Amino acid sequence: MLLQQVVNGLTLGSTYAIIALGYTLIFGVLNIVNMAHGEIFMIGAFVGLMLVTKLQTGIFTALAGAMLTGAVLGYLLERIALRPLRRREVSHLAPLISTIGVSIFLESLALKIFGPQAQSFPPVFSGQLFELGTLKISIIQIVILAVSFGLMIALRFWLAKTKMGKSIRATAENLETAGLLGVNTSQVIIVTVMLASGLGSVAGVLVGLAFNAVEPTMGITMGFKGLAVLILGGLGNITGAMVGGLLLGIAEVFSVAYGESSYREAVAFGLIIILLFIRPQGLFGSGSAQGGR
Amino acid sequence: MLSIRQLVAGYGSITALKSIDLTVPEGSIVSLIGANGAGKTTTMKTIMGLIRPTSGEICFQDQNITGQPVHQVVSKGVSLVPEGRSILSQMSVLENLEMGAYLRRDREVQHDLQKVFQRFPILEERKQQLGGTLSGGQQQMLAIGRALMARPKLLLLDEPSMGLAPLVVAEIFKVIQEINQEGTTILLVEQNVRQALKIAHYAYVLETGRMVLHGPADAVANDPKILEAYLGGRRVG
Repeated sequence: MLLQQVVNGLTLGSTYAIIALGYTLIFGVLNIVNMAHGEIFMIGAFVGLMLVTKLQTGIFTALAGAMLTGAVLGYLLERIALRPLRRREVSHLAPLISTIGVSIFLESLALKIFGPQAQSFPPVFSGQLFELGTLKISIIQIVILAVSFGLMIALRFWLAKTKMGKSIRATAENLETAGLLGVNTSQVIIVTVMLASGLGSVAGVLVGLAFNAVEPTMGITMGFKGLAVLILGGLGNITGAMVGGLLLGIAEVFSVAYGESSYREAVAFGLIIILLFIRPQGLFGSGSAQGGR
Repeated sequence: MLSIRQLVAGYGSITALKSIDLTVPEGSIVSLIGANGAGKTTTMKTIMGLIRPTSGEICFQDQNITGQPVHQVVSKGVSLVPEGRSILSQMSVLENLEMGAYLRRDREVQHDLQKVFQRFPILEERKQQLGGTLSGGQQQMLAIGRALMARPKLLLLDEPSMGLAPLVVAEIFKVIQEINQEGTTILLVEQNVRQALKIAHYAYVLETGRMVLHGPADAVANDPKILEAYLGGRRVG
């Protein structure tokens, strides 16, 4: 029973982690919170759903399609809402506000195109259950776990070992220094926003599958959870986002299993508040004030 | 190699450089000295393209590089070791050095890495440590080593002796001279005027955004005004 809840918690938590990674990557290089991330996540869910229902594609094609759409949205977001504000001396709140504008635009667009009702994936995907002893695990859960952990491991490796990954880490730590070493920081910023948005869109499909519901407002709730994880893990910290997401997922599932389901979010966020009392910089955050500018 | 003409630059409404001229001949060490707030760091940042000048011209090897983005200036062969060293503290010493060679595609990166380790053996001992864990002197060595990994033709050094113990300062200045003898041209900004004039061939004195004096380093060192203002009235040995 306990193991079952841990597996369920990890499944949910791994999707939170993927959402939070998107926030973290962008916060790392730009020091801003991308308020449109939740809506890019929602658009990703719809793209995945449309590919599956209208074009009858498989689940992995849907994931890839969502990722591509997310990356394109990320490119547009950077070009339209972020870059013009970087060129001039504006308040550091300006990019935050402009991403809120993008999020409202995307949500209205989705309402217009897809309508306000929740839509679900065809029953093929609700899947059969595998039983391993007392543990029951559905195909969907396996897909979610495999895709999100696969993405997390791939991202870690990419950031640690590749030249592009290293240039992202250097830019995240100090934009000016990275430039002095010859890194084209505008290019790094574009790649980072595209990558973050691509990950967000994939998370959209995974969450759509997990809850079997895709709706235009899903971006707001999940966006806030991703934000909570960003703060819980420590601003801009990749490991923090991963661990924080998994913890939040497990906390939610446990409060449903051993308590009241209507309190799941209260318990999860209450836990975050307590953790932040003890470690205000987040689980993996550094002691120094980051992003103060 | 580098020539700056009538350069005006600043931050917002503050004009930090009020039309300066400066020439760095190939193969030399040129020192730029001046008090706090004279505009030394602004000069360095404007050369690198970190600050866009209001007017004036910066030429490197007869190419106009005024207003080019910093990564392009670096790719032409100019590197800056900034004030305060700016080591990437979350990356290992080795990664910091590898990032120095970020733009290089040739096969001699490993060879240059060994040369940096020969020059600064402490960096090889600590190559797996995070950059942020090094002491001030070691970080300065890492910053210089990292800049050398780019194989710059012109190396800009902004206050390399700042905050370092006297013995370490002497070592850093010795290394700067060696780097120059191996063929790299150097533009050095320093508050340690005595040392800076000792190793330089040529010197410029900057005061509140204007060049007030320039000439061969020994002539500048014996200028009565400089003796009084920067060297405590005594002659340099």
